[in-house]
Amino acid sequence: MDDVQPYNRMALISTIVEHKPGVLFKVSNMFRRRGFNIESISVGPTEHPDLARMTIMIRGDEKIAGQVVKQLRKLVEVISVQILDEDQTVQRELALVKIRVENPDIRREIMDYTNIFRGRIVDVAPNSLIVEITGTPDKMDAFINLIRRFGILELSRTGITALSRGEATIIKTVRAI
Amino acid sequence: MEEISGAKALLEALKREKVDVIFGIPGGAILPVYDELYESDIRHILCRHEQSAAHMADGYARATGRPGVCFATSGPGATNLVTGIATAYMDSSPVVAVTGQVPKAMIGKDSFQEIDIIGITTPITKHNFQPLKAREIPMVVKAAFYIASTGRPGPVLIDIPKDVQTEKDEIAFTDEVKLRGYNPYIPLRMDEVKKAVKLIYDSEKPVILAGGGVKSSNAFEELRELSEMIQAPVATTLMGKGAFPEDHPLSLGIVGMHGTPEANRLTMEADVVLAIGIRFSDRTTGNIEEFCVDSKLIHIDIDEAEIEKNKDVDVAIVGDAKEALKTIIEALRSNGIAGKEGWRERVLTIKEYYKGENMDEHPKLTPPSVLKTLRKMLPEDAIITTEVGQNQMWAALHFKVFKPRTFISSGGLGTMGFGFPAAIGAKVAAPHVPVVDVAGDGSFCMTENSLSTAVAEKIPVIVLILNNERLGMVAQWQRLFYGRRYSAVELRNPDFVKLAESYGAQGWRVADINELKDALSRSLESEIPSVIDVPISPEEDVMPMVPPGKGLAEIMGVT
Repeated sequence: MDDVQPYNRMALISTIVEHKPGVLFKVSNMFRRRGFNIESISVGPTEHPDLARMTIMIRGDEKIAGQVVKQLRKLVEVISVQILDEDQTVQRELALVKIRVENPDIRREIMDYTNIFRGRIVDVAPNSLIVEITGTPDKMDAFINLIRRFGILELSRTGITALSRGEATIIKTVRAI
Repeated sequence: MEEISGAKALLEALKREKVDVIFGIPGGAILPVYDELYESDIRHILCRHEQSAAHMADGYARATGRPGVCFATSGPGATNLVTGIATAYMDSSPVVAVTGQVPKAMIGKDSFQEIDIIGITTPITKHNFQPLKAREIPMVVKAAFYIASTGRPGPVLIDIPKDVQTEKDEIAFTDEVKLRGYNPYIPLRMDEVKKAVKLIYDSEKPVILAGGGVKSSNAFEELRELSEMIQAPVATTLMGKGAFPEDHPLSLGIVGMHGTPEANRLTMEADVVLAIGIRFSDRTTGNIEEFCVDSKLIHIDIDEAEIEKNKDVDVAIVGDAKEALKTIIEALRSNGIAGKEGWRERVLTIKEYYKGENMDEHPKLTPPSVLKTLRKMLPEDAIITTEVGQNQMWAALHFKVFKPRTFISSGGLGTMGFGFPAAIGAKVAAPHVPVVDVAGDGSFCMTENSLSTAVAEKIPVIVLILNNERLGMVAQWQRLFYGRRYSAVELRNPDFVKLAESYGAQGWRVADINELKDALSRSLESEIPSVIDVPISPEEDVMPMVPPGKGLAEIMGVT
């Protein structure tokens, strides 16, 4: 689909689904079939063993986000869907970055940046380091841009996970059903 | 508790859903189920291709409003169902398909006749299941019927590995279904209803567009009541045909690409359009940018995802059409609304204006004369199905439907070969009314082998072939839009009379209207299936027509 407009807007959608095999397929297949673009998706169990949470960042305006929510709700395995308001949401992402280390000066410099970004060195080898860094996607991007010049050997980002601030939960609504 | 097999549990669960007939074909991976069927009192109708099995179940469902059931084996049996399932999905028809699967331990090994039918049917089913324990089967069947038949109906597939069919366990049955991710009952938002009522109340020129959703929710009485109350003419989509009696003074027939001139004209003239159970398909709206730009739009649909999917509207009511219409009628009544007489006059004038040209009855065999003759010969409650293409559009334009669920056609997917097996399914559901498949020669050849089923199972449907010896609609587009460059449309057909006879059915080739009448009356009395071959001109176009991509105002073939 070459004529798809690039959307600069992003929307963050949180959804509670049945924690069963095949559910991720059904959700992602819906996105593919309807031509919605997933920017990132993170999936994991919740405090209830039979429920999983998917946090999906999509590219699209409010109208597209609204359509995504309605299409998600139609899936029988999807129990609850919410568009997260960025201001009212805690967003985090985790990245592991393997960086080339050519000399001790570079190693020191990377360690300094890691400290500033409150990251951790989780692997040390003669010619490389792995840095673990957690934060908002912006912070992630800033760190990665900063250390790019040393040479990134490998990069793995989890995609965003998020929860709305305050007492309200979507699980509570789920439990009430 | 006695131990029973998964296969037995399946049939018991189906009986609890009041299933009285199953359309299917056995095969290796569903043998345990067929072994149980051997001593079951559920009727099984043996098909000749799984696509037809799915269409028959679909025809049964559309004629009754209750889920139709089909069975197929794994692999090719399951993939052959796909066109039938997709057809039901696009037209929101409640079909429950059961497929056999290779044993659990063989899944994922590319075993003989193994196919990932769950993956394949995910985008074309409302939901699908693969029970991995025999004891799950009763709940899965219960849920499948519940999902298929509630909310916006649709097909559901159950894929059962062979070892789950044979597994024995103490299996409990249930009448309860708990699905925390599925709640088809959506309470109406009264603020939206009030806005709709205000728009209707203030309108001078209201038009109602009724779609398949009116049929699904059995809102026929309410639709008629509202139409008469506010004197709003009713145009239907192809899927909505039959939702409103077409002999009613306020009926406009179908709207859209091959809509009637009065439906297309008045829809564009309206100041308020009330769209009920429709999804604003491109075949209905023409160019969507030009559709109803000057009118206020009210959209009622039970599927919230249809709201503003294709068309932005002024008021959206998510909910059951019957309930929404009742609420609107009640609110209007308490407001003391009177019908808009000036508008009624205008509607009747426009209808009268276009009446002359498509009302003729020719002695010659033209599609309109054939369909009008057919209408006259059939009782009001007769069911017609159609194939897809010119035959379908001619039937939609020229065959008037008076009763709900008596016009059955593949609208969304546009599946050639649907009409004949769907007619068989409908006839099984309604054995005491005549069922006629209005076919084209191209479409009929796609599933003509269902004649075997119809003959063997004594299902006397009638196939009326409008035979122009080509893929007529494709030829029409080539004629109109491709400079008459006829590419791959001419058909060298079999002798349909001999074909019918070789299957044990009966056939006629008719030369004029009198012969047609004779063949029809003999078919209607017959206890075996009939094929009536009606030669028509290959140059005949379906008119009127709104060319693809154009607005409804740019209708062709109207003077």
